[in-house]
Amino acid sequence: MGKEGGIMPLLSARDQDYLRKRFAEELVDPVTITLYTQRLAQLQLPGYECATCREANELYSELAQLSEKLKLEVVDFLQAQAEARTAGVTDIPTAVFSGKNAGTVRYVGLPAGYEFAVLIEDLADLSRGTTRLTPLSRETLAKLPAPAHIKVFVTPT
Amino acid sequence: MMAIESEKVTADVIEVAEFPHLAQRYQVYAVPTIVINERLRLEGARPEEAFVAAVEAAVRPPEADHAGQR
Repeated sequence: MGKEGGIMPLLSARDQDYLRKRFAEELVDPVTITLYTQRLAQLQLPGYECATCREANELYSELAQLSEKLKLEVVDFLQAQAEARTAGVTDIPTAVFSGKNAGTVRYVGLPAGYEFAVLIEDLADLSRGTTRLTPLSRETLAKLPAPAHIKVFVTPT
Repeated sequence: MMAIESEKVTADVIEVAEFPHLAQRYQVYAVPTIVINERLRLEGARPEEAFVAAVEAAVRPPEADHAGQR
């Protein structure tokens, strides 16, 4: 039987156990996930249906329940447009991650397949503020004369 | 990874299948496609040092690209 609202969990019980243990081992400092999305309860506005917001709402909610160090804040994109604009959010669902990261990290769309696995690794890096970049890469990035906005287009595999 | 360690970097990971208007705008035909500062484009994965070099090139002022060509 599904949860309230008839939505079955997206993560299996086995996956939840695995992630719970992994988060307990790997997360150091808290990470806040600010999810800009379409609230389920609001009226559907013609021409503005978000195909994956329901699943994104559910997925991030399930993830946040697996660790005390993960906090989820849900923002209704249509009702908080000024805030979304300030955060650089133009499409939904978009998750903005805030932990020990120095720069801005956003995920646009529903992380699935391989990208979900990458997201889990990124959460650990976000909580520590460190990655596997080489010292030379770090030095180069520190000397960048201007900001860099990197857009990586992926697809679920 | 770069955005985690550098305050100068913003990283967006975009599931392009959900956003056909972005696929069209950025002419995404293969993944990963990487666009840096709307001016430099890469297709396919790259070793870290090549990716960092691309980021460096993308933030360089455009006139610096033509220096030495006079």
